[in-house]
Amino acid sequence: MNAVIAWLTDPAHWSGGAGVPVRLLEHLWYTALTVAIAVVIAIPAGALVGHTGRGGFLVVSLANSLRALPTLGLLVLLVSFIGIGLGAPLIALVVLAVPPILAGTYAGVQAVDRSVVDAARGMGMSEREILLQVELPNALPLIIGGVRSATLQVISTATIAAYVGLGGLGRFIIDGLAVRDYPQMAAGSLLVALLAVAADLALAWSQRLLVSPGLRSVSASRRPTPAPRPAAERPAAA
Amino acid sequence: MKRSLAGLATALVAGLVLTACGGGGGDPLSNGSGGSAQPAGPIRIGSAAFPENTLLAQIYGQALQAKGVQVEVLPPIASREAYFPGLRDGSLDLVPEYTGVLLQYLDKDATAKAPDEVYAALQGVVPQGLTVLEKSSAENKDAVVVTRETADRLQARTIGDLAANCGELVFGGPPEFQTRPDGIPGIQQTYGCSFKEYRSLDVGGPLTVAALRDGTVQAADLFTTDPTIEANGFVALEDPENNFAAQNVVPLINTAKATDQVKEVLNGISAKLTTQALLDLNAQLGGPDKPNPDTVAKEWLTANGLV
Amino acid sequence: MNWGWIPRNIDLVASLTWEHMVLALVPVLLGLAISIPLGWLAGRTRIARAVLVPVTGLLYTVPSLALIVVLPIVLGTRILDPLNLIVALTIYTVALLVRSVADALAAVPAVTIAAATAMGYRPFRRFVSVELPLAVPVVVAGLRVAAVSNTSMVTVGALVGLGGLGRLFTDGFQRDIPAEIVTGIVLVLALALLVDGLLLAIGRWITPWTRVGAGARVRAGAAA
Repeated sequence: MNAVIAWLTDPAHWSGGAGVPVRLLEHLWYTALTVAIAVVIAIPAGALVGHTGRGGFLVVSLANSLRALPTLGLLVLLVSFIGIGLGAPLIALVVLAVPPILAGTYAGVQAVDRSVVDAARGMGMSEREILLQVELPNALPLIIGGVRSATLQVISTATIAAYVGLGGLGRFIIDGLAVRDYPQMAAGSLLVALLAVAADLALAWSQRLLVSPGLRSVSASRRPTPAPRPAAERPAAA
Repeated sequence: MKRSLAGLATALVAGLVLTACGGGGGDPLSNGSGGSAQPAGPIRIGSAAFPENTLLAQIYGQALQAKGVQVEVLPPIASREAYFPGLRDGSLDLVPEYTGVLLQYLDKDATAKAPDEVYAALQGVVPQGLTVLEKSSAENKDAVVVTRETADRLQARTIGDLAANCGELVFGGPPEFQTRPDGIPGIQQTYGCSFKEYRSLDVGGPLTVAALRDGTVQAADLFTTDPTIEANGFVALEDPENNFAAQNVVPLINTAKATDQVKEVLNGISAKLTTQALLDLNAQLGGPDKPNPDTVAKEWLTANGLV
Repeated sequence: MNWGWIPRNIDLVASLTWEHMVLALVPVLLGLAISIPLGWLAGRTRIARAVLVPVTGLLYTVPSLALIVVLPIVLGTRILDPLNLIVALTIYTVALLVRSVADALAAVPAVTIAAATAMGYRPFRRFVSVELPLAVPVVVAGLRVAAVSNTSMVTVGALVGLGGLGRLFTDGFQRDIPAEIVTGIVLVLALALLVDGLLLAIGRWITPWTRVGAGARVRAGAAA
């Protein structure tokens, strides 16, 4: 442990192109890009399926079976076909991030009280308005739950991108492994864990900010048992 | 109900734990905890995780097996930094090694460069309990490799010719090359060449080749017996100052397992192995039908009358 | 694609598949054995829950690759010891199951426990014969998630020379044999599916009352 602290407090490890700040930013960049792409894919798809009620079974089984897909395998297969660079790790991580967001959005939209939707319809709202102004805001807690879960998985799994020559905090783990530099590996792991905790807190805070206060009290009183924390849906994949 | 639940769980745990911990020689998981400390067990042959080394481990294994020696060829293990502790703690008994890098790994201040010099120095520093057998004439050196365009543009034939322009080149290689004495520090010291940036890739593998080809890096660490150097029109720069010491293939073995019979078999292989043979073997391995290392090893052993 | 690789390596694939299954399932069983007392503890006192649930939850954030390479120092094991991978995956399983077990035990109706007590069950027997069986469906659900995740996570061990079918990924990548990588992915998926189905079946088998109840309700509904 002392060696890890020594590694982390060595100024030489905090500067230059291979220093902690650069690796941390790379890691954040991969994560943000992945989650953004996954959100753009998964929220509309999940909302559509939840709104129409068609394809729900497909979404749930897809989300479940993708959980078993080994990201390392997908990653090396993609590199074999499309070559090195950001493309292959990005696709592999998006495949990892889509299922929790998709499942969260679907479950959230589907769980909106039918009488609320009927009331909106009675008020003359179009289907589009119902989805955007009623169902999605109501589904927001579960959607953000899905995004949180996806973000944690991506932060953890982005470490294996270093295996195919990319940067990020995984670099410390892979490089440390090559020379059996345990302090470096442990420091890298610690940084990833800290980043994950920080990201989770930030998302929890944004959830408080984004979700309508009225909705919070309603859902709290209606559902005495809180929904299982989405992070528990799947432990870190890498 | 209670009984069936508890019974089922107990049976499952017991069964799987037994499988994981016990098991015979053929059990893929027995390489960790079992009784590897007894010299009587099979010779556990390891290799670094690149095809040529894995193939050499197969050649050793099959030749020994043909003479009735009990062996177990383990799956490839990352790099020397990873497998060497295994040799010392008894998880491994035999590894195909290369004289120069092994010497520098064991003695950072080693200065020997020529094959016989390196081999003699190596014998002096091999830790207690380990032995290097006879070296072969086959050499596989690290080389600083650039594309044909880079070589032409900088008029570089040797690593030293790069010196003036190193600051604009990104170098790619395995993570450990960055700190290895004959890696980046050695190149800097010997040729005064400090590269702009180091990119950690793999051990002379597909990442390094792809990165050099697509310009992600402009210079890279590849192996001289790698047929992809020629296939991609890359240029392996000469090393007149011998930054990279001689790298003859040599068996590194647990002394307790090196019986006369084992020595005779392994020395017989070293006598037949040449650099050209390594190039041919690597070309076969990388060929379009991707034969298995054990098949290629068998063909070579048969052709050389070693099995 | 070099599909010819598969028939030539069928023995290797079979032994890696078996190794993979052991590496994935032993941690699930060990994790279950550890999680039941921990989950019981977490469900029993507020303080234990306030400590155990967040702490085990935090363990998820440690990347598995990091855990596998750091464990030898902690355990004093050898670097190539499969035990490192088994312990790492057991930790993840515990991280996942403690919460499941605690929630499942908390959901056992107080009247049921009171009835068992009234029938003369002592606390330990009551826990084993009444509370635990009633918690099975929720625990099995958690177990399925853990087993499926483990099956996929074992592959990461290939980066340190372990990893069952994951070795097909590293070898296939290094030697440019896509068929080998695809074989690995398909087998991991199939194995996960198999284990998931098996746990589902076992869960149903050891809780026959859940089926009887559902069936009775359906029949009652049809009759009405």
